[in-house]
Order: sequence, then C-alpha cells, then structure tokens
Amino acid sequence: MKTILKLLVFSLTLISCGGSKSSQSTSMTIKGSDTVLPLAQKTAESFMGQHKETAITVVGGGSGTGITALMDGNTDIAMSSRDLKAEEKIKLKEKGLDIEVLTIGIDALAVVVNPENKVQKLTREQLEGIFTGSINNWSEVGGESMEIVVYSRENSSGTYEFFKEHVMDKKNYSSKVLNMPATGAIVQSVSQTKGAIGYIGMAYVTPEVRTLDVSYDSGANFYAPSFENAMNKTYPISRPLYYIFDNSKKDNLKPYLDFCLSSEGQALVKEIGFLPVQ
Amino acid sequence: MIMNRKVEKGFEVLIRTCGYFTSLVVVLIILFLFKEGISFIGDSPIEEGYALYLSDENPVGTLSEDQIKDLFDGKYKLWSELGGKSDSIRIFSLDDLTEIFSEEETGKDLEHLDRCTRKLTDSIPGALVFVLEAALSDPSGLKKLNAKPITLSSFLTGQQWFPTAKPVGVYGSLPLFLGTLLVSIMAILMALPFGLAGAIYLAEIADKRIRNILKPLIELLSGIPSVVYGFFGLVVIVPWIQEGLGLAVGETALAGSIVLAIMALPTIITVSEDAIRTIPSDVRQASLALGASQWQTIVRVLLPYASSGISAAIILGIGRAMGETMAVLMVTGNAAVMPHGLTHPIRTIPATIAAELGEASFGGLHFKALFALGCILFLITFVTNYLVDSFSAGKKSK
Repeated sequence: MKTILKLLVFSLTLISCGGSKSSQSTSMTIKGSDTVLPLAQKTAESFMGQHKETAITVVGGGSGTGITALMDGNTDIAMSSRDLKAEEKIKLKEKGLDIEVLTIGIDALAVVVNPENKVQKLTREQLEGIFTGSINNWSEVGGESMEIVVYSRENSSGTYEFFKEHVMDKKNYSSKVLNMPATGAIVQSVSQTKGAIGYIGMAYVTPEVRTLDVSYDSGANFYAPSFENAMNKTYPISRPLYYIFDNSKKDNLKPYLDFCLSSEGQALVKEIGFLPVQ
Repeated sequence: MIMNRKVEKGFEVLIRTCGYFTSLVVVLIILFLFKEGISFIGDSPIEEGYALYLSDENPVGTLSEDQIKDLFDGKYKLWSELGGKSDSIRIFSLDDLTEIFSEEETGKDLEHLDRCTRKLTDSIPGALVFVLEAALSDPSGLKKLNAKPITLSSFLTGQQWFPTAKPVGVYGSLPLFLGTLLVSIMAILMALPFGLAGAIYLAEIADKRIRNILKPLIELLSGIPSVVYGFFGLVVIVPWIQEGLGLAVGETALAGSIVLAIMALPTIITVSEDAIRTIPSDVRQASLALGASQWQTIVRVLLPYASSGISAAIILGIGRAMGETMAVLMVTGNAAVMPHGLTHPIRTIPATIAAELGEASFGGLHFKALFALGCILFLITFVTNYLVDSFSAGKKSK
C-alpha cells in the first residue's frame, strides 16, 4: 500500500513538473507565403535549437492565406511575399489590429529559358507580350523562328500574382500559358523544352536553365538577375519578403524577430538563396 | 438455440444499419456537392465586396464578364466600343486612389475614399473606379457598373476560365469539361486492349508459375502513389513525346492519357482477370468438348460470360482516369484552352479543383465555381457508369 502511495505521489509530482514547465514555455505560429516558408522553417529551427523553451509552428499555404489567418487571430506572424493590399489594410483596421510589417529578406525573380535558346535579353514590354499571348514566336524578339512555350505557376501562388502585377502591368495571363504546380516543375519543363520561357525565384536557378537579362526602361539598360544587381536594386524584378504581425503581441515575438534580423539570421537568408536586408 | 437466433437477428440489424448508413452518407455528400454548386449559378461575377463606379454621364450600365475582363486587360480603348460615348477608358484601383490623392485627402484611415472616388468620376468622364465597397463610407450618388449574373449556359459553354481575374472572374467550364473527356477517353481506349489482353493471358494462357510472379507485380502497380506516376510522366514520358513527335511542348493531352492508361491498367487487369477466372470450369470444358479451339472458347464463351465483371473493370478504370488529379496536374500543362487535339496542352476538372481550392476563399464565388465543376465531374462519371452498365446488360439479354 505504501509503495503504491509513494508511486502515486511520485507520478503526481512528475505531472505537475511537466505542467509547470509547459506553462513557462512560449509557442507561436507562423503562416503564409510558400516562398518565405523554407526561410521561416530554417530560422525557426535554429532559433528553437538555442531557445529550448520556445515552440514555433511554421505553416505554408500562400500569402493571402497567412494574412487572412492573421485577421482571424489564427496565427501570430503572417509571412508574405507581397505588400498588403489596400483592402487588406482596411479589413485589418476593421478588426482593430495594429499591424507592423517587417522586411526579413529580399527575393529576386529570374526569367529563365532553355540553354539552347539564343535570346539573351528582353524588355518588360516584350515579357508582357509573351505572357499575355500577343508575342508567340521567338523570332519576334530577336531569336530563331520557334514557337514560344510559356510556363507559369498556378493561380494560387504569390509568385503568379507578383509577376502579373510587376511585369505584366496587371493584365491577365494568356489562356495558352501552361500552369505548373511547383517551381521545380517549371525548372524541369524549361530544361527539356527548347522554346520554353518561365519565371522562378533566384534561389531555384540551376545550370539546366539560363536566365535572361531584363530591362525596365524600354531597352536602354539590361540587368542580369545576379546577387549584386539585386542587392544594389538595379535588377527590377525583386520583392521584399515580409513578416506581418500584431504590434500588441510584439513582446512575445521579439526574441525571434530579433534573431531573424541578426547577422546569424541574415546568414540563413543568404543560405536559402534570398538577399539579406542589411 | 434461442441464443443463436438472437445473435443472428442482431447481425441482420447491424448489417442493415451499415447498409442504410453508407447509402445515406453517399446521398448526403452528393446533396452537399450540388447545394454548393448550384448556388454558384445566378451570382454576380464581380468579386464579393467589390464595386465598380462610373462617371454619371457614362451611359454604359451592364456588361458581361468577358467584356469586363477584356476592359481590364486593355483590349478596349474607348467607351464607344462598349456602347458608350467616345471617352477614353481610364481605370483606377484602390491602390491608385491612395497614390493619386494625398493622405490629407484620403484621410489617415482612408475614411474619405468616397469623396476621392466622386472627384475622379466627376472630373474624368471615362473614369472607372474599382474599389472595396466597404472602403467607401457613403457610396450613394455614385453610378455603379453592373455585371450580368452568371447563367448555367454561360458556365457550361463559356470558353474562358479565369477565376482569379480582377475584378471579375471569368468562369467558362467548356475547355475543362472537354479536356477531362478527351484525356479519360483516350486513356481508357489505350488501357482497355492491353488490360483485357493481360487479363486473358493471366487467367487462361499463362502457367501457374508465371502467374504467381506477374499478378502480385501488377497489383503492386496500383499501390504506387499518383504523384510518383506524375513525376515519372514529367521526366520520362513528356520529353519522349516531345522529341518523338517533334513538338514544341511535351506537356500534352497525349502525355496525360498515357500516364492515366498506365495507372488504370492494374485495376482493369485484376478485376477482369478475377471475372474470367471465376467462370465455372464446366463452361470452359463444355466448350472445349464441343470441339472449339482455345481461342474460340475465350472469345465466344468466356468473354461474354464474364462481361459484367469486365464492364465493372471498365467502370473502375474510367473512374480512376476521370478522378485522377496529381499525375494529370503534372503532365498535361494545365492550360485552360479549348482542346485542339492530343498534341496540345489541356486542363482537366480534377486538376483545376486541386490546384485552385487552396487559395479560393471559403464560401466565395471561386469556391462555389469549383463545387459546380465537381458537380459536372460527378455527372460525367454517373453517365459513363450508366452507359457501360446498360451496354453490358443489353449484351447479356441477347
């Protein structure tokens, strides 16, 4: 009987210890853009390695999903690969949230073609024509006579929206465009299709595809999607990556956010293939 | 004895309840699908919560969804092309408003956007302002541009699928419907001869040892996840088609059909092989005893005898092909164009639902449109099942 009692007391203390331990620890959720996802996972992992008491859950789903979750209070931080839209700002205000937007890295989009393609550079207007379907042959943009095969992401992707807004002047994609479910599939298809063109994050560029130089001033200056050009902002198709959060909860999030902006966190940004902020 | 009767009775009730329950669940799922899908018809294609405002002097009042999309794509330059005056079309979005007007004019919390909108529509006769309705505290007095509501015929016969076009989605399901039909029919036409031949070989011709090796192998094929088939298709079949046929693109309906045919094969083979093998041996022996050759026995006796089992195999194979999502998503290119033939990219209904449901806002127009697509898919499979069933029943009664 005594032993049983002892066991009971022992196990009770164990349980209460476990309980008090979990109440000290903090947990947070990060949700949103699939572009930011690998970066958030990496920083969260190394942060949790240093701070054993913190548990961070990272979930993808797209920038829009993350911002909606922030409005509904389902996430602490929303990851986003685009600016907040005006209507999202209005909705967030209606919910009474005091929003802060933090830039944690910069992503550059590279326009890629098959390595056998002779075309080296395109202007924004030409890209718009190709993706909206008014330019159909490489000979119209200085290449050999070959049908242009356009690869894009699916319409749920933040990259799809970004490209539409910043390269295509908000016009709709041609219905002939091939929609691929993932960036890796675009790389694969462009590498095996001679007349292909597509867009991918700079981090995904491999030797199987070749990047194009892009001009945003009607052909006066062309810039390659290199690390340097993106850093000094001469390469035009780049976008900041954001963490968006409610300011009133900042105390809880501060250690992690500071870590993301520290030299250690920014080294991870570079490792993933994005550009650091500092 | 009484105990036994009671147990039996209990089992009977249990089985009956299970039967009722399963049927009920199936009916409920179908009801839910159609409830969501049908509510899509009759909705305005303008994204919920948004409004388009025009200048008071502009006579244009209602446009179709295609016209509004082309308007925003810059295909029209003058309002006269849409039945209005000869003013040039100028489009302003909410973001443009915050750029054009200073913070003083819009208000710190954007509370004066209604005034800004009015200023634009008053001063520019060709202005079209596209804003969130809730952003304007007092929208009265502004002239609204209306869109024609979505009709069943525009949904079924529309040839453009742009669900995320702003500010109006264009929902024409015809290219998706035809794409699904094309890929599935081609897949089943490819898989059927191979599948039947395989089944006959396994059931009648192969000796026991070979069958014991081949059958588990074929069954293993049906256990491979569809993503793996899709990846195999993208890396092997797509370049093979592209180079073999000298095409500009390898992601075509043909690639989709081949991958689906491979995926439907194990189902067709195992089900029809079982049907052929369960034929009582008297039938086979009677035929042979009458002097029929093995080939005659197979074609004239065994296949007609097993026809209901074989039609079940066809139905299951078609079901697999129609509903397959991931593999098709990876190899068909997913371009929502009217299918021109096997060597062009297409987009199927399941691939569309899978790719787009993630970002469609719950209960929104896009969400309902995807459910309506689900209804179409359901009807296609329902009709094919019915046709195959009645075909094999008719054959039997002969």
